[in-house]
Amino acid sequence: MDSALIPKGVKRCPTWQFLLWIGIVGAVLLWGVYAMLLCWIKGLNQTNMNDYYGFALWIWADLAVIALGGGAFFTGFLRYVVGKDELKNIINYAVLIGFICYSSALLILAIDVGQPLRSWYIFWHANVHSMLTEVAFCLSCYFGVLCIEYIPLVLENRQLDRVPFFHRLGHNMHEIMAIFAATGAFLSFFHQGSLGGVAGVMFGRPFAFREHLLVWPYTFFLFTWSAAACGPCFTLLITHITEAITGKRLVKDNVKDLLGKISGWMLGTYIIAKIIDTWYWAAVTAPSKGFTLMEFYSDNAFYGIWILVTEIVICGVLPAVILMIGPLRRNRPLFLSAIILACIGVCLNRWVMVLQIMAAPVMPFDNWALYLPSWQEVATTILPVAYGIILIMISYRYMPVFPQEQELNPVVE
Amino acid sequence: MKEGHNQIQTSKFGMVIDLDKCTGCGACMVACMSENNVPFREDESDKLLSITWMRVYQISNGKPYPDNEICYLPRPCMHCEGHAGHSPCVSVCPATATDYDSASGIVSQIYTRCFGCRYCMGACPYHARYFNWWDPVWPKGMEQYLSPNVSPRMRGIVEKCSFCFHRYQLARDKAYYEGRRTIKEEEYQSACTQACPAGAITFGDLLNPGHKVHQMVLPDLNHHGRPRNPHAFRLLERLGTNPKVYYLSGREWVRRAGDNYVQGEKQAEHH
Repeated sequence: MDSALIPKGVKRCPTWQFLLWIGIVGAVLLWGVYAMLLCWIKGLNQTNMNDYYGFALWIWADLAVIALGGGAFFTGFLRYVVGKDELKNIINYAVLIGFICYSSALLILAIDVGQPLRSWYIFWHANVHSMLTEVAFCLSCYFGVLCIEYIPLVLENRQLDRVPFFHRLGHNMHEIMAIFAATGAFLSFFHQGSLGGVAGVMFGRPFAFREHLLVWPYTFFLFTWSAAACGPCFTLLITHITEAITGKRLVKDNVKDLLGKISGWMLGTYIIAKIIDTWYWAAVTAPSKGFTLMEFYSDNAFYGIWILVTEIVICGVLPAVILMIGPLRRNRPLFLSAIILACIGVCLNRWVMVLQIMAAPVMPFDNWALYLPSWQEVATTILPVAYGIILIMISYRYMPVFPQEQELNPVVE
Repeated sequence: MKEGHNQIQTSKFGMVIDLDKCTGCGACMVACMSENNVPFREDESDKLLSITWMRVYQISNGKPYPDNEICYLPRPCMHCEGHAGHSPCVSVCPATATDYDSASGIVSQIYTRCFGCRYCMGACPYHARYFNWWDPVWPKGMEQYLSPNVSPRMRGIVEKCSFCFHRYQLARDKAYYEGRRTIKEEEYQSACTQACPAGAITFGDLLNPGHKVHQMVLPDLNHHGRPRNPHAFRLLERLGTNPKVYYLSGREWVRRAGDNYVQGEKQAEHH
């Protein structure tokens, strides 16, 4: 039925099967849309957030998807600025995943603020001292860059490519893509960093506060670094999942190996910086405010010291070692485990830097506050996942996302 | 804050709360809610959701009977100055919806500009900021009792103690009409100060040596207003928030409960 739209030389599932899955995922999406409308119409009383948990599941989801979407800017940087040519075979997918992640982040933010119609105030009445202002400006600009990077892929659809204007537009956009990739890397450095700065500048919260380098707290650099390290791991993970679902090899092993190796070195250096940061925070910064490390981790099992060990050792050091050492990296199950752990690690880091900050009391006579999200919060957090799956399904079906797909999966007529 | 850097400091309004006098009656909380049209719900038992610009905490020395002692600690917004007006909340607000007024030392909240991101709430270590999770609904007829000087807030924005800023405006208007450039101490007093039956709360200009608050705490202006009175302290002094609410107590454990200390660390090192 839709064969005219499918790229030449590749095989896709029957239309009914495609529509069936779109329908199933679409039902989940509608559930999320319903919850989103409830939040917009009835207000944030639909959530389980409270005056202690002003930041909760949504802000974590925002930070997590932006970190995981970091694969787009870093892969683009490696491909167009550093000149790692092999990565042209995965850059389309990295851009698509980045586009999904960033559009999801903007959607979640639109639900999360109490007065969404006033969101433009952040630009109009911008406070230059606020990290969130920097996030808003760079995030919006970078989303524009991602749209520009995604458009040429859309224009490569068989039918659109027939239109001479679209064909030339797509071609010309490809020609200048290095400029956008460099712009994207520049913007990402700042918004990933300022997301880290959101927590690091809170000098009223000893769990979050970090010392500064010029105007930026150390978390600024750690967030950018971790996104550059773990974002490509997420791109690789989604590629693996896509390959498993489609039953095809879509990207050659040497491409995955290269991206995995670079991620490994980024993760390895990041985790050394993270360990130094944690040590300095535990030994100098927190005690200067009257806190010991274990005070932050020993009140309840949920926020126990296990969370720090898991983040740094199991989801940091371990995947970094696997990805850095060739023979380990080339072992498929180990490689897969490493990229999964890296993704969990960066999500856990964002969780801690949002939720645990809110949970840990500062006033000596105050108590720990625990929180369980409402179904509306969960549904609206799953909503972008469903949207992402649908966009991947449509993009994969109708656009040449994987340049090596045809070569790796020759169609026998 | 942007304008504040260029302004000449004229006043620094602050509060001194004598914890040895506070009985925990809650009159300050009631007066505050009434004065400032603070919305409430039918069930106010969940304190993580209710709005209490002034909240009274009960603290204890943690000792068993008969050595057990308790103390009530009223906590309004601390109107932190931070470093040069960079209070924890003001510096993070992305839309400049909260501002530090260098002329009065008051941290304002611009309700019509706040878009409800709640970053300020996360940044405030005192939990002095509250979000309007619901639209304010007043029991039938109670709208008649609302103060015409304070605008009620809508759903989806943050609010907090303003040191009854509208009273400051009224006092300034009065002084202007009477041809004065300054206001008298008694002309600007917060609702909680006037309501406290024990006289535990004192309000005034910390920069004015003639005002009681100045005489009670003797703020050291060369060290971010740290109290020179050995019985005075500020909540979480070590964080550098530089608050303008001071507490008084003759009890050492109460003063120590105002901040965090690593085990074995002496309080005196930080005062």
